[in-house]
Amino acid sequence: MADPMRIRAQAQGGNAVVRVLMSHEMETGQRKDSAGNTIPAWFIQEVTAQHNGKTVMTALWGPAISKNPFLQFTVKGAKAGDKITVTWVDNKGGKRTDEAAVA
Amino acid sequence: MTQRREVMKTGAKLAGLLATMSLLPRDVLAQSGWPKAAFEAKSLDDVAKALGVAKPAESKDLTLQGPDIAENGAVVPVGATTTLPGVKRVMLLVEKNPNALAAVFDLTDGVEPAVSTRVKMGQTSNVYAVAVLADNRVLYAQKEIKVTLGGCGG
Repeated sequence: MADPMRIRAQAQGGNAVVRVLMSHEMETGQRKDSAGNTIPAWFIQEVTAQHNGKTVMTALWGPAISKNPFLQFTVKGAKAGDKITVTWVDNKGGKRTDEAAVA
Repeated sequence: MTQRREVMKTGAKLAGLLATMSLLPRDVLAQSGWPKAAFEAKSLDDVAKALGVAKPAESKDLTLQGPDIAENGAVVPVGATTTLPGVKRVMLLVEKNPNALAAVFDLTDGVEPAVSTRVKMGQTSNVYAVAVLADNRVLYAQKEIKVTLGGCGG
C-alpha cells in the first residue's frame, strides 16, 4: 500500500481550497535503468475528489505528471467540518483513498 | 538436442511472461475508461480529435499559470483558471513532451474552474490549457515555459 496522501482543505470565502500531495513514483515508461532496460510505466491514471460523499471532480492523468503529484482545486460552498475525500488509481490497479475535514 | 530443448523452454516461458505483462494493464484500462488514444496523441489538435471535441480556439478568458523559466523540468507548477461559466473539462498539454496530453480534469458544478498541479517537461515548450465548455466551445491559452534541465530520460 502506498504512503498516505497529505490533504489540506482550507475554508476561504464560502469555498474550500484543497491541496493534495500524493506519494507515487509516476514512472513514465520512457526511462531506462543502468542495464539499458526500459523501466515500465507506473503512474496514477485517475483521481477522484468527493465533497461530503458527492463526486465533484475526476481527473485523468498521464505519465507527464510529476513524481509525488500535487493537486490543487477549489470546492464551492464547502464549510468548515465538511469532508473532502480523494482517491487515486494507478495503471497497475493500485489505489488509495484518504480523507480530510475542511478547516 | 538437450540444448535446443532448453532454448525452447525459455522461449515459451518468456512468451508467457510477455503475455501476462501486456494483458494486465489492458484489463485495468478497460475498467477505468482511461482515454489511451488521447494520451498518446502528439499535438493539441490530435488530442481534441481523440477526445471528440471541436478544434480549440485561443481565448483571453482562460489563464494558464506557470513560470517563465523552469529550472527543473521534472517539477513544473502549472495551473489553469477561467472566469467563464459552465466549464466541463480542463486539460493541460505540453507540446514537446513525448505525448502532449498531461492531464484531464472533469469538473462538476461543485468545483471552481481552477486547478493546478505539477508536470514534467522534457525541454522548453509551449504549454496549453484547454477548456471544454457546456455549449461545446473549446478554448485554449498558451504560454512558453523555458526549461533549463529536462525532466524526461535520465
